[in-house]
Amino acid sequence: MRSADRPLSPHLQIYRWQLTSVLSILHRAAGVALSAGAVLLVWWLVAAASGPDAYQSVADFLGSWLGLLLLFGWTLSLFYHLCNGIRHLVWDTGHGLDLKSTYLGGWFVVGGTGAFTLIAWIAGISSWAS
Amino acid sequence: MRSPLGRAIGLGSAKDGVEHWWLQRITAVALAPLSLWFVIAIIRLVGADADSVRDWVGNPLPAILLVLLLIATFYHASLGLQVVIEDYIHAEFAKLGLVIIVRLACFAFVVAGIFAVVSMAVGTSN
Repeated sequence: MRSADRPLSPHLQIYRWQLTSVLSILHRAAGVALSAGAVLLVWWLVAAASGPDAYQSVADFLGSWLGLLLLFGWTLSLFYHLCNGIRHLVWDTGHGLDLKSTYLGGWFVVGGTGAFTLIAWIAGISSWAS
Repeated sequence: MRSPLGRAIGLGSAKDGVEHWWLQRITAVALAPLSLWFVIAIIRLVGADADSVRDWVGNPLPAILLVLLLIATFYHASLGLQVVIEDYIHAEFAKLGLVIIVRLACFAFVVAGIFAVVSMAVGTSN
């Protein structure tokens, strides 16, 4: 059969949004965002190794509104990818693959991500203030 | 000479068997504690100047954990980004080109990161 003759599944926007599918694509998006965050980690380390002037320019950028916004996004992405990654590892063992468990685990991941991000930023701000 | 079955066993359509899948899981297991440690360490360093950061990296434990974090992170990232590229880029040339660029970039970044940590840890940087 020529590929053009193959039956196509309905296009993506036909489907109703579901927690499971949204969390699935967010896992990938968070992973891509964290790859960019990893580059920042290297930039920070190389700047610290280069000397106080280079380090100060990185610190100034991270302390700006854009820098803080990026750091918040990376914190959120990290905790989401971590929590949902553990959910994936559980699935890899063959457990929790029924509908009820995937939704329960999904909401746990959403709650955990929010709680961990909040705790990290409260701790970060109090560390900065002291 | 290998039989057709012998050549196929253990290999999926990607021709590299479960190696990619398995290494993604191993690096994930390593990253769970390493990334938590990293977040806690960064929180304690908020507002620190260059000298405090260098003093901190100068300790053996942070230096070792940072190197492990860098290796696991960029290995995991290169595997994950490769899957994203293979899923969304269908032109063979662009797909192959991007996968090669991602692999080389991850390799370059991990070397840069490790070099920075080691130079601070052994005190040879200025």
